Amino acid sequence: MYAEHFSEPATSHVASAPIEHQFYPYASNGGTILAIAGADYALLAGDTRHITGYSINTRFRPSIHTLENLGGPERAIVVAANGFSADGDALVRRLAQRAEWYTYNHNKPLSVSACARLVQTMLYGKRTFPYYVHTIVAGLDESGRGEVYSFDPVGSYEREQCRAGGSAASLLMPFLDNQVNKKNQYDAATGLPQVATDLPLEETLKLVKDAFSSVTERHIHVGDYLEIKIVTKEGVKVEYFPLKRD
Amino acid sequence: MDSIVNRFTARPEFDEAVLSEEEIRDCMKPQSVPTLSLPPISQPTAFLRAHTDDASNPDARIKIAHGTTTLAFRFQGGIVVAVDSRATAGDWIASQTVKKVIEINPYMLGTMAGGAADCQFWETWLGIQCRLHELREKSRISVAAASKILSNLVYGYKGMGLSMGTMICGYTKSEPAIFYVDSDGTRLKGDLFCVGSGQTFAYGVLDSGYKWDLTVEEALALGKRSILAATHRDAYSGGSINLYHVEEKGWTYHGNHNVGTTFWETKEAEGSFNNVPTEITANV
Repeated sequence: MYAEHFSEPATSHVASAPIEHQFYPYASNGGTILAIAGADYALLAGDTRHITGYSINTRFRPSIHTLENLGGPERAIVVAANGFSADGDALVRRLAQRAEWYTYNHNKPLSVSACARLVQTMLYGKRTFPYYVHTIVAGLDESGRGEVYSFDPVGSYEREQCRAGGSAASLLMPFLDNQVNKKNQYDAATGLPQVATDLPLEETLKLVKDAFSSVTERHIHVGDYLEIKIVTKEGVKVEYFPLKRD
Repeated sequence: MDSIVNRFTARPEFDEAVLSEEEIRDCMKPQSVPTLSLPPISQPTAFLRAHTDDASNPDARIKIAHGTTTLAFRFQGGIVVAVDSRATAGDWIASQTVKKVIEINPYMLGTMAGGAADCQFWETWLGIQCRLHELREKSRISVAAASKILSNLVYGYKGMGLSMGTMICGYTKSEPAIFYVDSDGTRLKGDLFCVGSGQTFAYGVLDSGYKWDLTVEEALALGKRSILAATHRDAYSGGSINLYHVEEKGWTYHGNHNVGTTFWETKEAEGSFNNVPTEITANV
């Protein structure tokens, strides 16, 4: 009659398989970034939501960084590294330090193209232990034209007119191809393909705000606030724009 | 004896009051390869594969751009190099405007297949090595030597996860040469290569139209047509076609040709691609 009490094996609560510990140094913190270059400006925008999984850690964590004091106000460079925010912060801090050293060592402003090459070497330096980020660098070239450079996690890069990165890049990029680069748009009168031209800043700002409010509706990682940094010959201007809080 | 040794021992003149011991050692190190940081674990390569290799782990968080068609061939008039411009990360088309021909210097071109960053980084690095050779030896580096610098480099990183398939194209004296170099350490000299996910489709067209006596126009058209065929059948290739011609005096760029328009032009001009209807008719 006591058999039932003793039939339970004493080891039933001990895990049958050994516990494994894995080195997992990455996380994903959501958010989306977007950059567009114009004739006399470059702009880098991103939402301020910071998440892990389905949890919102904070609704306001600005992620567009400015590299200043590289020369005049028109030489400012804006950078964002989206993905795993700790890696992004580490990359941007190290880049800011290297950019400052550059001005001391060479006694001249750091151009955006040189900054882009520096970012490539920094990202590739961690080729076997990558920064988990999609990086975008924007600013003005020597003639005052806007330029945008985008990078994959290990440093391959390209100069572009516009680029979206992060969680909702796949929602933003096709829209940008169509509206900024005029892909698959034809002139109503002639039937010829439309040619991409530089957009005026006012129009670009409207486009960016519309893009982010639309993406907020369809992507859970995006929302709260939109931060836009605009580089012109006057320097960097920051704008905030509210997005849906849900 | 010491005085003789000192006379013949090269001592670079560093001001030790300004530079620290460590800095002097840094300056004296041969300017060769940059250092890569490794994750602090026993199997760094397994770590990298788990996080970046799309084939072995589709959930890999870090997507590295892949997929390509590139070709280069030698002919009577020099070398033609043709490439597509699509970069993919999994199913996502990361870019349709990639420059897959890397201009190592005005006389030498490298092509890009496999990891975009690996090719871009190491081929610009190769450009540096070629320039240093030129300064040291007072003569231009041979294609054989340049390609061997690259193949030795990637062989040194074998097993670490580098992924590149490249063709180094240029002139040695008055002889055009192409070397295929990949991240396994393979290095082959040859007349004609196609590399990348669309290579088989490109070979099909290139082999059927290739002969040594091609004119320059014919050769450029064949290169372009071969890439077009590959963009049509290989989903990982597309965007536009970049064309280059390499001669003894250096390379010349022969334009960017969008697949969207080039396809219909080619179809109409050749009467080819007849499997593709010009209009869609409903089959009721």
